[in-house]
Amino acid sequence: MPKLIKNGLVIDDSAEILVLDETQAPEALNLPEGPVFVPLAVWQAHKGVLSGRPGLGVWLDSHESVDDLASDLDSLQAIALNFPKFTDGRAYSGAALLRSRYGFKGEIRAIGDVLRDQFFFMQRCGFDAIQPKAGRYSDALLADALASLQDFSSPYQAAIDQPEPLFRRAARVA
Amino acid sequence: MYRYDSYDQKIVDERVAQFRDQTRRYLAGELTEDEFRPLRLQNGLYIQRHAPMLRVAVPYGLLSSRQVRTLAHIARTHDKGYAHITTRQNFQFNWPELKVVPEILAELAQVEMHAIQTSGACIRNITSDPFAGVAGDEYIDPRPWCEVLRQWSTFHPEFAFLPRKFKMAVNGAHQDRAVIQCHDIGLELKRDAAGEIGFRVLVGGGLGRTPIIGEEISDFVPWQHIITYCEAVLRVYNRYGRRDNLYKARIKILVKALGIAEFKRQVEEEWVFGKNGPNTLTEAEVARVAAHFTAPTYVQLPGDDSSYVAQRAANPAFAAWAKRNVLAHKVPGYAVVVLSLKDPKRAPGDITDAQLDLAADLADAYSFGEIRTTHEQNLVLADVRQSDLFAVWEKARAAGLATPTFGLLNDMICCPGGDFCALANAKSIPIANAIQERFEDLDYLYDIGDLELNISGCMNSCGHHHVGHIGILGVDKNGSEWYQVSLGGSQGNNTSIGKVIGRSFAAAEMPDVITKIIDVYRAQRQGGERFIETVRRIGLDPFKIGVYGDAAIIERNQNA
Repeated sequence: MPKLIKNGLVIDDSAEILVLDETQAPEALNLPEGPVFVPLAVWQAHKGVLSGRPGLGVWLDSHESVDDLASDLDSLQAIALNFPKFTDGRAYSGAALLRSRYGFKGEIRAIGDVLRDQFFFMQRCGFDAIQPKAGRYSDALLADALASLQDFSSPYQAAIDQPEPLFRRAARVA
Repeated sequence: MYRYDSYDQKIVDERVAQFRDQTRRYLAGELTEDEFRPLRLQNGLYIQRHAPMLRVAVPYGLLSSRQVRTLAHIARTHDKGYAHITTRQNFQFNWPELKVVPEILAELAQVEMHAIQTSGACIRNITSDPFAGVAGDEYIDPRPWCEVLRQWSTFHPEFAFLPRKFKMAVNGAHQDRAVIQCHDIGLELKRDAAGEIGFRVLVGGGLGRTPIIGEEISDFVPWQHIITYCEAVLRVYNRYGRRDNLYKARIKILVKALGIAEFKRQVEEEWVFGKNGPNTLTEAEVARVAAHFTAPTYVQLPGDDSSYVAQRAANPAFAAWAKRNVLAHKVPGYAVVVLSLKDPKRAPGDITDAQLDLAADLADAYSFGEIRTTHEQNLVLADVRQSDLFAVWEKARAAGLATPTFGLLNDMICCPGGDFCALANAKSIPIANAIQERFEDLDYLYDIGDLELNISGCMNSCGHHHVGHIGILGVDKNGSEWYQVSLGGSQGNNTSIGKVIGRSFAAAEMPDVITKIIDVYRAQRQGGERFIETVRRIGLDPFKIGVYGDAAIIERNQNA
């Protein structure tokens, strides 16, 4: 079963990320059984039917805006943000916005080109689920990779995981 | 200067451990080349023509003598006995082995230094006025603000993978000495009518392939809000900056595409949410940081030291150096000294381990143990007593650090170019040295007067050629190296982008081309007019005729 880092632990996860190929229109709805993340376009086409379905999440590609989900957040348990390449940093802003501006309390999952050297930044921006591509890490290497969540113990700036900057949370003397 | 507390030290120590592990995993094959590249770049590590190149951060150009000795030790131990000062006031080592880089970082961390974010698509080292705190025209010391911004930008989790690199500069004096108009964000410290400190914010400036002068996005952001304001700018850029084309990915392209009014609207809309949030600066934090930048204990001295006056009268070589390389200090009896790294026998901006050690000794003996780097690739001793200048000069001269050409044609900015840099289209150091040799006669050089000549080996413009009074750009034409010349660029308060004068030249032609340009200036100048003023008054045509002959103009008129 695919592995996932959730709140700092490696767990099994069976959710499917539904990817439409060019021949599939979002209007045609053919969902697999069980937990699934559907593309934004599918969600938008079938909101009424899909709302409240157990285990349903929506995934956004890096060019898609979390603003488009703003009015739907109450009916979603999970949102996945895709990193097409790990150097595409738009999803960091997306996750931070979902947490801070929109107050989303459900799962925010990093998917796509997700690598351990970015785990720390992801966690800081509000991702609570981190899912490297299947096969990128062996079970042993993924367990190893948990260490990267602790790369820095006391970051300078405020972020989602630590809403106060260092200068407000520590008594620093000149 | 700023000294680390336990938090700063821990972050740098943790970085060393992180990069050591990343390097280990790369060498063990756990990280691919593509995965490792952005990681090493965000740690200033390039793979160059001969070896990796390591760029070490010098935040806003400030160094202690102890740090300089460590840099000397690294140059001696892990490099070939020299280092290079960059146009972002940083240090570069050209020959370290990849596997020893973690050791070098550990050595740097012991003296409160690092290589964090000296490259990569992130917020880079913040640059500033090399004369901060000592210049007579300063209204607000930029250094505490630079440090506050350094801490905020270090490992900022949201902005580690921007569309492209992001450069910031801060200036707090009447004269802009930090090139703020050519930065992604340029900050000018100012006071409002009530005397409160804040920032005029420029955005979207930059050199590179598409040189653009930054536009004002806000005429006054109160100091409490500068971090949240910058975060709003960065967030809009991170979300909407282009990522499809490397050459169109800088914020300047986004600002141009939207127009400054629309970009400002988006930033202010974003700012509403961050403003007054936890990143709002506190008086306590600013006071804590500012306490590191108090003035040293100056003694009361007469304004004009009599021995200094007498030594200049008795020694023309000392007088020449004092005239060019010694600048006024705001405190009577003190002076600012530029230690030149423009010895024509060396690459501009290069410095040997022995010179670094000597500079550290001079700083300890004569300048409160501090030394600065400039974006024009020199060193500065900011607090020297006038009565010590002769001793400083004698020692600096013996070490090759007293070339008396500060601000003159031979004090050129020059990138490492094709000799070292894998990005370069052409060599730049030999061009610089050939021009320096042509203009080695000091009387001739002094007669030409203030002139900024900037050389870049490629469009990335590390040598700031766009803003040189004379700019030289290395270009590749069918596999051979050519040089394009522009005139009329300028940094500072009247920043302008130079215009190309015509077809490019072979390397061997360059000293003659520069001579012809100088001849036109000397023939045309009026009164005490500086080179740039003459160019602005008479335009490019007389220079084109001087360089290409009448044919250039006739051809243009025919084509018109």
